[in-house]
Amino acid sequence: MTGTRAPRPNPEAPGQARGATGMTRRKRTRKPDLRRFPGFLPLTLLCVFLLYAPLLIVAIYSFNDSPSITLWGGVSLRWYEDVFWGPESDKFKQAAINSLVIAVAAATTATVLATMAATAMLRAGSFRGKGASFALINLPLMVPEIVTAVATLIFFSAIGFSTGILTILIAHIVFCIPFAYLPIAARMEGIEDVYEQAAQDLYATRWEAFRLILLPLMTPGILSGFLLAFIISLDDFIITNFVKGAGVETLPTAIFGAVKQGIKPNIMAISTLLLAVSILFVTLSYFAGRMGQNRK
Amino acid sequence: MAQSQGAVAVDIDDVTKLYGNFTALSAVSLAIHDNEFFTLLGPSGCGKTTLLRCIAGFEDISQGAIRLYGDNIADLPPNHRPVNTVFQQYALFPHMDVTRNVMFGLLRLGRSEAEARARAGEVLELVRLSEFANRMPAQLSGGQQQRVALARALAPNPKVLLLDEPLSALDLKLRQAVRLELQQLQHETGITFIFVTHDQEEALTMSDRIAVISDGKVQQVGSARDIYEEPDNKFVADFIGETNLIDVSVAEIAGDKALCTLPGGTRFTCPAARGAHSGQGHLSVRPERVSLADPAGALLTGTVTRLIYLGTDMHVDMRLSDGESITARVQNSSQTTIPAMGDTVGLDFEEGAARLLVD
Repeated sequence: MTGTRAPRPNPEAPGQARGATGMTRRKRTRKPDLRRFPGFLPLTLLCVFLLYAPLLIVAIYSFNDSPSITLWGGVSLRWYEDVFWGPESDKFKQAAINSLVIAVAAATTATVLATMAATAMLRAGSFRGKGASFALINLPLMVPEIVTAVATLIFFSAIGFSTGILTILIAHIVFCIPFAYLPIAARMEGIEDVYEQAAQDLYATRWEAFRLILLPLMTPGILSGFLLAFIISLDDFIITNFVKGAGVETLPTAIFGAVKQGIKPNIMAISTLLLAVSILFVTLSYFAGRMGQNRK
Repeated sequence: MAQSQGAVAVDIDDVTKLYGNFTALSAVSLAIHDNEFFTLLGPSGCGKTTLLRCIAGFEDISQGAIRLYGDNIADLPPNHRPVNTVFQQYALFPHMDVTRNVMFGLLRLGRSEAEARARAGEVLELVRLSEFANRMPAQLSGGQQQRVALARALAPNPKVLLLDEPLSALDLKLRQAVRLELQQLQHETGITFIFVTHDQEEALTMSDRIAVISDGKVQQVGSARDIYEEPDNKFVADFIGETNLIDVSVAEIAGDKALCTLPGGTRFTCPAARGAHSGQGHLSVRPERVSLADPAGALLTGTVTRLIYLGTDMHVDMRLSDGESITARVQNSSQTTIPAMGDTVGLDFEEGAARLLVD
């Protein structure tokens, strides 16, 4: 559950930009058949195994009836029960609530900022420093997370900001912006500005053209950006761990704390739950991004 | 030309538009009359769409004035100009049904929901789309989308309707039908239409007047007949329809007549465009006005180089004594004798069929 394993920006995002010219995508030329390359099958199987076997084992063992994490003792939901009602449940519940509150607030704020940034980048014509702005918006994707974490902590202590839930929120908003920006900008790029021109021609002010035309057309991209930012915030560990302060835990830091005292099967249950939520939201984000694409 | 006495709807006064070093429009002046179907015709990149976008307000002008019934609108944003546009790609709002699309402009003008809905129904009836009022744009054919775009632009009852190549996305058959509809619509609504096209046939069949534009300059303004029959310059003669350009030397210009010497030495008097001068020049003669004759006593003689059979007509390509080629369009009938390849034939045309151009 480290940040480096966070879901990458929606790989379909650039495709969304081609909504209007979707026809050309179907007519792609035939490519060499990948399956004929020597060693393709074993390599694929190895990669799939390495990527997914650990997750699968965690998910399976979360249903283990035995208190051991390696010995199978039959199917049971006792560790899920333990997560919700066991001795540590209060700690996990508080952490989960913190995570949710932070994720919703951070994703919402980041989405609003990213939408504003995309509008400026794609609809304000050319301005000085446009290239630099683009780089600055997306740079956080390239900076090693540990560096951001250390820098953020130093920054907060330098300005005398005491760490707590607010520092986590601010840090999350910042690193969520590029994740929200990518699907939003991809969507906006695919919307020709002739719609806004038509709106202005029909007596709409610039703000009305944005609110009544551009914003509704961008909804799928905005939703996709929000969900992606939400999931990035929800499972962030490194930055959170640095800026969280004493006594405040999010779900990932709570899990990490519990693991330090030895892995119990309830950790597997809670990890499986978090995994399920992540998969759900990434899937939703993917479908939100595709929404309305066949309309033109 | 009946409209030419009407008030000036759009007065384009010495408008220049620069993009960096590129001159898109160069001192364009045009007076478009009230209730006129006016066409801006020219090849792509000539500046006609730029001019339309300047009138709509999507482009600032670098110099000059654009007046709408006397008021200078050149500095107003598009939403403050009482003109509406039919866009080339229609630009229907994909998330609104047909009725909401048509209501959009009315609601922005502050009309009530009920009033806007009633007016939308009216306009949709005008373009015969009433039964599609609840469809989404994506559920309509290209022709229907085009009519929605038209209805949407007409609904606020603009003073001037701007049409940016609205037929170019339709197939040929549909285009011909829509041409008649557009013309009829213009008569019914009495709104001034400014229509941009690169298709000369479209321009000739629909317009009251046409401005031929090339290289950001107005080349000629006039009715379809004026422009076809009395082109001012080589560009107009060549761009509108087919024409033969014959090299002549002009001895003198007297009034609107020119005395010239044809290749082969025959002296010939014909009408001259305003601004034509003596020296070397070009005569324009339409192929259908060239007739084949006995070489003895004909204006020109040529050798047949190619015969193209076109059903009702025959195209006869010939080479003149000076090496230039000329085409005659001869009707296929039992009276006409069609020459054979390599024959030497005489060519005649009436004085009024030829015109000395401004080079």
